[in-house]
Amino acid sequence: MRDSVGSVRSVLLLGGRSEIGTAIVERLVREGAREVVLAARGGVSSPPGALTGLGASVHSVDFDAGLPDTHTGTVAEAVALVGDLDVVVDAFGVLGEQSEYEADPAAAARSAGVNYTGHVSVGLAVAARLREQGHGTLVVLSSVAGVRVRRSNFVYGSAKAGLDGFAQGLADSLYGSGARVLVVRPGYVPTRMSAHVEPAPFPATPGQVADAVSAGLRSDATTVWAPGVLQPLFAGMRLMPRALWRRLSR
Amino acid sequence: MNRPEQRTLLSGWGLTSPTAAHVVRPRTPEQVAEALAGAGGRGALPRGLGRSYGDAAQDAGGLVLDCTGLTGPVHLDTARGEVTAPAGTSMDRLIAHLLRRGHFVPVTPGTRHVTLGGAIAADVHGKNHPAASSLGAHVRALTLVTADGRTRRLGPGPDGGDPELFWATVGGMGLTGVVTEATLAVFPVESSYMRVDTDRTGSLEETLELMAHADDRYSVAWLDLFARGGALGRGVVTRARHARLGDLPPPLRRRPLRYRSAGVPVPPLTPPVGTVNRWSVGAFNALHLNRAPRRRRGQAQPLTAYFHPLDALRGWNRMYGRPGAVQYQFVVPFGEEGTLAGVAESLSRARAPSFLAVLKRMGEPTPGPLSFPRPGWSLAVDLPADLPGLGAALHGFDERLVAAGGRLYLAKDGRARAETVHAMYPELPAWRRVRERADPDGVLVSDMARRLRLL
Ligand SMILES: Cc1cc2nc3c(=O)[nH]c(=O)nc-3n(C[C@H](O)[C@H](O)[C@H](O)COP(=O)(O)OP(=O)(O)OC[C@H]3O[C@@H](n4cnc5c(N)ncnc54)[C@H](O)[C@@H]3O)c2cc1C
Ligand SMILES: NC(=O)c1ccc[n+]([C@@H]2O[C@H](COP(=O)([O-])OP(=O)(O)OC[C@H]3O[C@@H](n4cnc5c(N)ncnc54)[C@H](OP(=O)(O)O)[C@@H]3O)[C@@H](O)[C@H]2O)c1
Repeated sequence: MRDSVGSVRSVLLLGGRSEIGTAIVERLVREGAREVVLAARGGVSSPPGALTGLGASVHSVDFDAGLPDTHTGTVAEAVALVGDLDVVVDAFGVLGEQSEYEADPAAAARSAGVNYTGHVSVGLAVAARLREQGHGTLVVLSSVAGVRVRRSNFVYGSAKAGLDGFAQGLADSLYGSGARVLVVRPGYVPTRMSAHVEPAPFPATPGQVADAVSAGLRSDATTVWAPGVLQPLFAGMRLMPRALWRRLSR
Repeated sequence: MNRPEQRTLLSGWGLTSPTAAHVVRPRTPEQVAEALAGAGGRGALPRGLGRSYGDAAQDAGGLVLDCTGLTGPVHLDTARGEVTAPAGTSMDRLIAHLLRRGHFVPVTPGTRHVTLGGAIAADVHGKNHPAASSLGAHVRALTLVTADGRTRRLGPGPDGGDPELFWATVGGMGLTGVVTEATLAVFPVESSYMRVDTDRTGSLEETLELMAHADDRYSVAWLDLFARGGALGRGVVTRARHARLGDLPPPLRRRPLRYRSAGVPVPPLTPPVGTVNRWSVGAFNALHLNRAPRRRRGQAQPLTAYFHPLDALRGWNRMYGRPGAVQYQFVVPFGEEGTLAGVAESLSRARAPSFLAVLKRMGEPTPGPLSFPRPGWSLAVDLPADLPGLGAALHGFDERLVAAGGRLYLAKDGRARAETVHAMYPELPAWRRVRERADPDGVLVSDMARRLRLL
């Protein structure tokens, strides 16, 4: 639950080593969160010192986005560790290389399985728990890449587009349940994931994404952009004629 | 009392932390028992008029029993000096009933829009704490429906059936069961007016000095935390007693027990941003302070104006806008005036826009293990919930309070840490043992109980 000054007590991070996700959790711990569950493949053996150093108890559970049958169990494990989940940050994903995906369709489908269907199963499992407890927020790391899909990374972008649509529908399904979904649309964020791609204009650091999420959690926002300027920018890009978009986004 | 499919978002008076619950509105103790029997895995909780500020009266995902439906005849026994009323009866209705018959409640909080059940569950105090202690001291008996569906009649003394459970219920924040009826000691009054003495003070010392020696039945100080330096803690002290017929100017003597309780509603829309800020508050405080007379004696004031000035503006909590409001209320023992001054100074230094800083003196407590009042000074401060840095600042104050042997008032809290509250309420383990006896399956639970690990 968000307390009366906007702090939360417990956070579950799906994608327990994600740089952006970790920055968000660190920010929430600075603001008062006391219980953290990091969910990652094989668990997280050495949690970031920033979290433990700030006085939070950090737990870890095994989580693989590619194994949808295990997702309800993952959520239950987290609940067994910390009780009600105040915030769940859904931050796992793979970017990969578009040209490699085009050469290896099976690899492309596997990445889409992480970036789209993995979120579907774990997202629904989380939503069921939040609905039952009558409060809580699922923060979904979408991306501007899904706002208008580009030729240069359409395998990743289309999965993000699907995820974004899924998250919005899920948000509507939770209306009135006390729980909600916050969709986060960052632009370029320099992390491990994006190290191999050209920086795009209007980048944001993981810390800036965390600031935007923290502000979004304190308000009744349904969507946050990081940085905020991307919202009007992408409103324009969505209107751009297809031929022009194709050439710009190669 | 079937549990409805639909859920309702509930929050406290501060409007800060809404959570969803299934709400039922029982009208009889039998329906209360039936509803409790149907509580699911997320438990159940009674709720009154929702005047607690934080998360005390909500149970996310659970079953909330809206107890405002527990109404019916109010019975005044003038010979015994006691009134018996269903727990959903509002203080407003109770006062109206009693005044018409020349009587008054022993204790009233700063709003009369609370239920009798909610007032007992918080063991509320009034402006007469040194003289009268808190409401629990005047409860002669109460009826409690426990989680097993049993109806128990409890009293405070050794012949009260289960006095331990009685005192665990007084101040027990709804976590021992549902109070369905109570009998209170009341006393006769000659009028519905107060005879009020008003003094403007120039500093905190002066305010405390005046309050310390107030031997009137009622006293309260309104502080201007916006003032700085030596003027910090300047304020208006009002001391009062119930006006006798002879105290009233002749026009008022014709209908000395007249009671009017309507308020003007605040416009129904909640502004997206609060209208409470440093400027509006500074202006309000300066105005309020300058309007008060420097010294006035024996003014006849309708008791609603003295006891419940805020009720004149219905729904005023919405002025804080979407982010809502926090009330920080604490008590520190006598001798810890330095802590009081320190907190006041920090608020002033932060230019925290606080409309209401209400200082009360407190006397002897009731035996309720979770009851808030303790001998000393109580300060209550309303703050916009979205003030930057508020969370950390209040945790800092909490630590000073713990060090000073002070405590927070649960009915106002929505943000403290469990460890802090455990340190402030050393009788919590004793309370838990009684509660476990009354509710072994842990049916009764609230968002506050989860946050503060009360159970
Ligand atoms: C403007 C304002 C001024 C105030 N001034 C004062 C003051 O001067 N002194 C003071 O002490 N308090 C004061 N309060 C706080 C208020 O008196 C308490 O929070 C009181 O408990 C509110 O009663 P309610 O009926 O609204 O209960 P709610 O806020 O709905 O519930 C409060 C608690 O009571 C429990 N409860 C409710 N009904 C029952 C029942 N039938 N049986 C068992 N438990 C029940 C709930 O579970 C919850 O834990 C003030 C509040 C406001 C908004
Ligand atoms: N960086 C950007 O520019 C950017 C921009 C917009 C949106 N985003 C989105 O933000 C989120 C976080 O990205 P990031 O930058 O923080 O990247 P990151 O540090 O690489 O984190 C991604 C995490 O996803 C995990 N993951 C991958 N496949 C998984 C699987 N099958 N099961 C479980 N976990 C799996 C990885 O786990 P391992 O540690 O086990 O590999 C990794 O910790 C992603 O959803 C990303 O798409 C990023």
